[in-house]
Amino acid sequence: MTSELDIFVGNTTLIDEDVYRLWLDGYSVTDAVALRVRSGILEQTGATAAVLQSDTMDHYRTFHMLERLLHAPPKLLHQLIFQIPPSRQALLIERYYAFDEAFVREVLGKKLSKGTKKDLDDISTKTGITLKSCRRQFDNFKRVFKVVEEMRGSLVDNIQQHFLLSDRLARDYAAIVFFANNRFETGKKKLQYLSFGDFAFCAELMIQNWTLGAVGEAPIDLDSQMDDMDMDLDKEFLQDLKELKVLVADKDLLDLHKSLVCTALRGKLGVFSEMEANFKNLSRGLVNVAAKLTHNKDVRDLFVDLVEKFVEPCRSDHWPLSDVRFFLNQYSASVHSLDGFRHQALWDRYMGTLRGCLLRLYHD
Amino acid sequence: MPGKLKVKIVAGRHLPVMDRASDLTDAFVEVKFGNTTFKTDVYLKSLNPQWNSEWFKFEVDDEDLQDEPLQITVLDHDTYSANDAIGKVYIDIDPLLYSEAATVISGWFPIYDTIHGIRGEINVVVKVDLFNDLNRFRQSSCGVKFFCTTSIPKCYRAVIIHGFVEELVVNEDPEYQWIDRIRTPRASNEARQRLISLMSGELQRKIGLKVLEMRGNAVVGYLQCFDLEGESGLVVRAIGTACTLDKLSSPAAFLPACNSPSKEMKEIPFNEDPNPNTHSSGPSTPLKNQTYSFSPSKSYSRQSSSSDTDLSLTPKTGMGSGSAGKEGGPFKALLRQQTQSALEQRGGSPHRFCRRREFPFFTLTAFPPGFLVHVGGVVSARSVKLLDRIHNPAFVGIMGNTRSYKLLDWNSFNSDEPETRDAWWAEIRQEIKSHAKALGCHAVVGYSESTSICEEVCILSASGTAAVLNPRFLQDGTVEGCLEQRLEENLSTRCGFCHIPYDELNMPFPAHLTYCYNCRKQKVPDVLFTTIDLPTDATVIGKGCLIQARLCRLKKKAQAEANATAISNLLPFMEYEVHTQLMNKLKLKGMNALFGLRIQITVGENMLMGLASATGVYLAALPTPGGIQIAGKTPNDGSYEQHISHMQKKINDTIAKNKELYEINPPEISEEIIGSPIPEPRQRSRLLRSQSESSDEVTELDLSHGKKDAFVLEIDDTDAMEDVHSLLTDVPPPSGFYSCNTEIMPGINNWTSEIQMFTSVRVIRLSSLNLTNQALNKNFNDLCENLLKSLYFKLRSMIPCCLCHVNFTVSLPEDELIQVTVTAVAITFDKNQALQTTKTPVEKSLQRASTDNEELLQFPLELCSDSLPSHPFPPVKEHLESASSNSGIPAAQRATSVDYSSFADRCSSWIELIKLKAQTIRRGSIKTTVTVEKASPVGDGNFRNRSAPPCANSTVGVVKMTPLSFIPGAKITKYLGIINMFFIRETTSLREEGGVSGFLHAFIAEVFAMVRAHVAALGGNAVVSYIMKQCVFMENPNKNQAQCLINVSGDAVVFVRESDLEVVSSQQPTTNCQSSCTEGEVTT
Repeated sequence: MTSELDIFVGNTTLIDEDVYRLWLDGYSVTDAVALRVRSGILEQTGATAAVLQSDTMDHYRTFHMLERLLHAPPKLLHQLIFQIPPSRQALLIERYYAFDEAFVREVLGKKLSKGTKKDLDDISTKTGITLKSCRRQFDNFKRVFKVVEEMRGSLVDNIQQHFLLSDRLARDYAAIVFFANNRFETGKKKLQYLSFGDFAFCAELMIQNWTLGAVGEAPIDLDSQMDDMDMDLDKEFLQDLKELKVLVADKDLLDLHKSLVCTALRGKLGVFSEMEANFKNLSRGLVNVAAKLTHNKDVRDLFVDLVEKFVEPCRSDHWPLSDVRFFLNQYSASVHSLDGFRHQALWDRYMGTLRGCLLRLYHD
Repeated sequence: MPGKLKVKIVAGRHLPVMDRASDLTDAFVEVKFGNTTFKTDVYLKSLNPQWNSEWFKFEVDDEDLQDEPLQITVLDHDTYSANDAIGKVYIDIDPLLYSEAATVISGWFPIYDTIHGIRGEINVVVKVDLFNDLNRFRQSSCGVKFFCTTSIPKCYRAVIIHGFVEELVVNEDPEYQWIDRIRTPRASNEARQRLISLMSGELQRKIGLKVLEMRGNAVVGYLQCFDLEGESGLVVRAIGTACTLDKLSSPAAFLPACNSPSKEMKEIPFNEDPNPNTHSSGPSTPLKNQTYSFSPSKSYSRQSSSSDTDLSLTPKTGMGSGSAGKEGGPFKALLRQQTQSALEQRGGSPHRFCRRREFPFFTLTAFPPGFLVHVGGVVSARSVKLLDRIHNPAFVGIMGNTRSYKLLDWNSFNSDEPETRDAWWAEIRQEIKSHAKALGCHAVVGYSESTSICEEVCILSASGTAAVLNPRFLQDGTVEGCLEQRLEENLSTRCGFCHIPYDELNMPFPAHLTYCYNCRKQKVPDVLFTTIDLPTDATVIGKGCLIQARLCRLKKKAQAEANATAISNLLPFMEYEVHTQLMNKLKLKGMNALFGLRIQITVGENMLMGLASATGVYLAALPTPGGIQIAGKTPNDGSYEQHISHMQKKINDTIAKNKELYEINPPEISEEIIGSPIPEPRQRSRLLRSQSESSDEVTELDLSHGKKDAFVLEIDDTDAMEDVHSLLTDVPPPSGFYSCNTEIMPGINNWTSEIQMFTSVRVIRLSSLNLTNQALNKNFNDLCENLLKSLYFKLRSMIPCCLCHVNFTVSLPEDELIQVTVTAVAITFDKNQALQTTKTPVEKSLQRASTDNEELLQFPLELCSDSLPSHPFPPVKEHLESASSNSGIPAAQRATSVDYSSFADRCSSWIELIKLKAQTIRRGSIKTTVTVEKASPVGDGNFRNRSAPPCANSTVGVVKMTPLSFIPGAKITKYLGIINMFFIRETTSLREEGGVSGFLHAFIAEVFAMVRAHVAALGGNAVVSYIMKQCVFMENPNKNQAQCLINVSGDAVVFVRESDLEVVSSQQPTTNCQSSCTEGEVTT
């Protein structure tokens, strides 16, 4: 006696959260059944393994049918085939678009292309996440990217509107899309200590301050406006950043800046002497990073540079985080007292974001 | 020109990509009704076209309005090649044709393609302007309402229940026409879908005409079925119960209902023979009497036990005339006579339709208070037929014609032809009728018909419950006062429905009678089998449970007549075993009555399957069932004896466990009841179970010696052993779960609002090697049990809950395939309350009253004050009464024994080529007491504004579906019309669609979606009395192909949550009355 066909269709589509998770994690039906058996569900319910097998198959089939709709979540809301309560719909979408930290760190900043997709095997082996799950996550990134790529307006809003994600998840996706678009390097060994959260935090600050959308009123001229408001960095701003070079190129200005900072921080910093000794190097590093951002190559290396030029020197001198904060606050504020420096607004736009990023990046 | 149909195509969405180059679609729409077609403009390059068309107007006869579906086809425009069809929507506009139902159909419909399934949606608005037509020769029956619900719909009151209506139409199946060889599968499927839609429309119209003829205005319990006879054609047949319904639209309508006599009844006992033991020493009490007639001439003389199966249509005033002086006999006879005359009176006119009223059948399973007076037991008939091409020259050449298929009413063409489908059914119905008569009943309730077809052999089955009805409902105002008076008296005893309707001196079959455990005045049988729902006022102890008997029999493959003969030979044995199983399982559960019994016999190439489902309960008025006693064949063998006693112990334990599980604690009756439920073994006579098919082994048994106090199973061979084992393998549902196949679970009344309707399908492949009956039985049993287990597991999040209306359907699509389809609804309930209410039935009745949709919620105070005095005999009190007065019953009378003797000689007696085989099963009896609950619905007018889909959050309104006639915690405010849909789905890429499971899963989900969309477009938010009547699945994995046909039906309704209702009524307590009064005038 073999079962040829075995289905269960409810007027309200049954969703088992546990099975959904197993499915999302890319387990085969057999593996999922084994995992469920191990969870002790048979003892709790008095069911048999055959019942579990049939149940799991059913759910997998349902998820498989739902997957097509989950690719365009608004369709899930409007479709008539599956009657699913709104709270369940939200859960389905949210879980489907959720991703693994380990996976996202591997692909963050990489081009979401076929080439990368081919590397998913390696990523799967490296992270222990099933290839199926890797593919789903990668395809999610790519799909969101494709949809919002050409769109104007707030990146987070666009993502939320087209994928009906929670605020938190939409922000994460905004960061992923932003990183993918700007191809920031995140895979270098010295960046390995950084979490996705660190990058997402930086991405959010950069989107808020360094992109075209951040300028406030969008340019009305639609035709000439080819750049995406939130995804691309403001080119003009990057050009202008060259002007900051005067802060390190002009020796008087650099000395004056240093003395202002040192005066203010004397006695308040545990690592004052190290700071004093390193000030010029640090300042040069931060300003040079700014000045180089006109080149795409250097934009990609932004995080590498920040870590090399600032985080690592400070860390080698064992600066506590509070001292870094004191220093960066004073470092950016003191520029306002430099009479010869005319680019205060530009400095604030640059340093405001950078300060936030650096503080976040500064940890072990 | 009595109607104008107006259609507007608004928009489409989620269309499939039809142009690979642009990834877009250039869609336009064809709207077709009858021969007229309109087209919208092409909406270029969009998957979400906005056509916003003008109103397309069709001027048509109302006859066409009833028959034809509106056909909407979405196409992709192609400049150079033929336009590609995206899919179609068929809209049945029937609901727009009666004034009280929907006024407009408007909404998103899934666009359906028989090859690709649902492909996007289309927004359509449909309206109908009807002109009054006074032509008395009209062929249309607009205005007759149809309900699938098998009880009086919630917001109506039955003025008269007229009786049985039936009709069938036949046609050639487009799938089997020559043209099918050259057309695409899609064209063939669409031709079929359209034809069946057309045939259903015509069938409904014709039934409507008959109803108008009877002066009714509605059909309740409408059941339409398709017989796919393959080469020989397609039969669409329907049965129903014609009624005159009154819409309860204002509180005014409530008052007369309140004052109906049924409420004011007092218990006036009959003068009766006080000697209870006069007849109890008679022969044993077979519960069943099977009669097989093997020739069309029906030699009833062969029936030993039922001497009264006279086929003459003259009213018979009961059978045992000699006993008419006793036991309320005169009254019964009078009642019968009157019912009969009421039933026949209307058939008496020399009219074309009079023939139909020969059959006093009712498809209802639940009845207005007082309708059901006595119930005699289950009657059923089966007949094996050979299918022949339905020959009619009129078919030739009309199929290609667009003004399409002239459907043939077989009756009108060939009424003399003996071998028509209609004649077949008439034969069976006649059989049923005569069986009912033999039980002293003149009516059959809970009546249904079904077929099972395999190749050219077809088994026709009909079954129902013989009953005596209250003529007051059948005939308006012609009942003599005195009789009515007596009637009411009789009705006032709540246990009355258990009393036997037949005369006990001249019983149609030997039955074991005792005095009613409730009133102590009338006789009751020891076990009751019925096809109806449990009467709402029946006193039940504990809870009920689903009881199934499952059976397979191998049969040799054969052709035509030989095949029919083989099947006919097997049928009686199947029936016998199914009944034995049912009886054993009922005993094992410690219960004494079955409701909703449905026995399905399915024929396949090489086997026959029998599946009986019913809901077992313990009726307080019936005697406590005896246990099951096992008797060994060789009693002197020591180890064998030990084994037997071990089995016996297991059985006794199971019974005890079940009693606990289902909370069956009948009041202790008296000290005279001897010992345990299992009486001592020595005194009882034995039931011989025949395990062999040769009939000569089975001989008449004299079971009349001594007192029968237990049901005895004799283990005479391994088969019997297996059977006993299988009895014990049925696992009870996990705790927190209950299941039944009736509308509601006896003993649970506090439903909460969560419901989940589902369909589950399983197909197993048997290993073809050396199949034996036992192996087959085991496979089938496991299949059903595993299916149930799976359901319990899947629905575990709803605990505590009850699976209601569990409906199993078995089919045998191929040699080694068994397909089981289950549709049911899981309803949650409040466990704490359940415990209370079983203890306090008064409260239970009140609760029921409040959940009942018919109640007047605006006047909760009145309701309470009314219903309290209207329960003069609350069941609790009855228990006490019966407990105190039951002391006179000897223990022996609680026992049961069965006589299957009489069927044996009949089995051997079939003579000629089998053209007809029919049989009857009679079982116990049932009677009804008065329902004290008042039918007191409010008009729906007040709440009409609130009927919008309730879910504001979601863009798609939630549509509930349930096989029940009600929605727990809600009030049905409006019936929008019948939903009757037929779909075909076919695939040539089975693997790509996820194999057979993926294919069918998707298809069923799509069917649900289309039903919901149609209901939503009618303005409804639920389907009640939903049923999947057919699910025919065929596969050919080698060719990567599969095809499935599904037919579903139900009633589209608007419901309002009771919590919402209360808000409304508290907000506007004063204006309600007025507004609903005016509403009532408008709508009726």
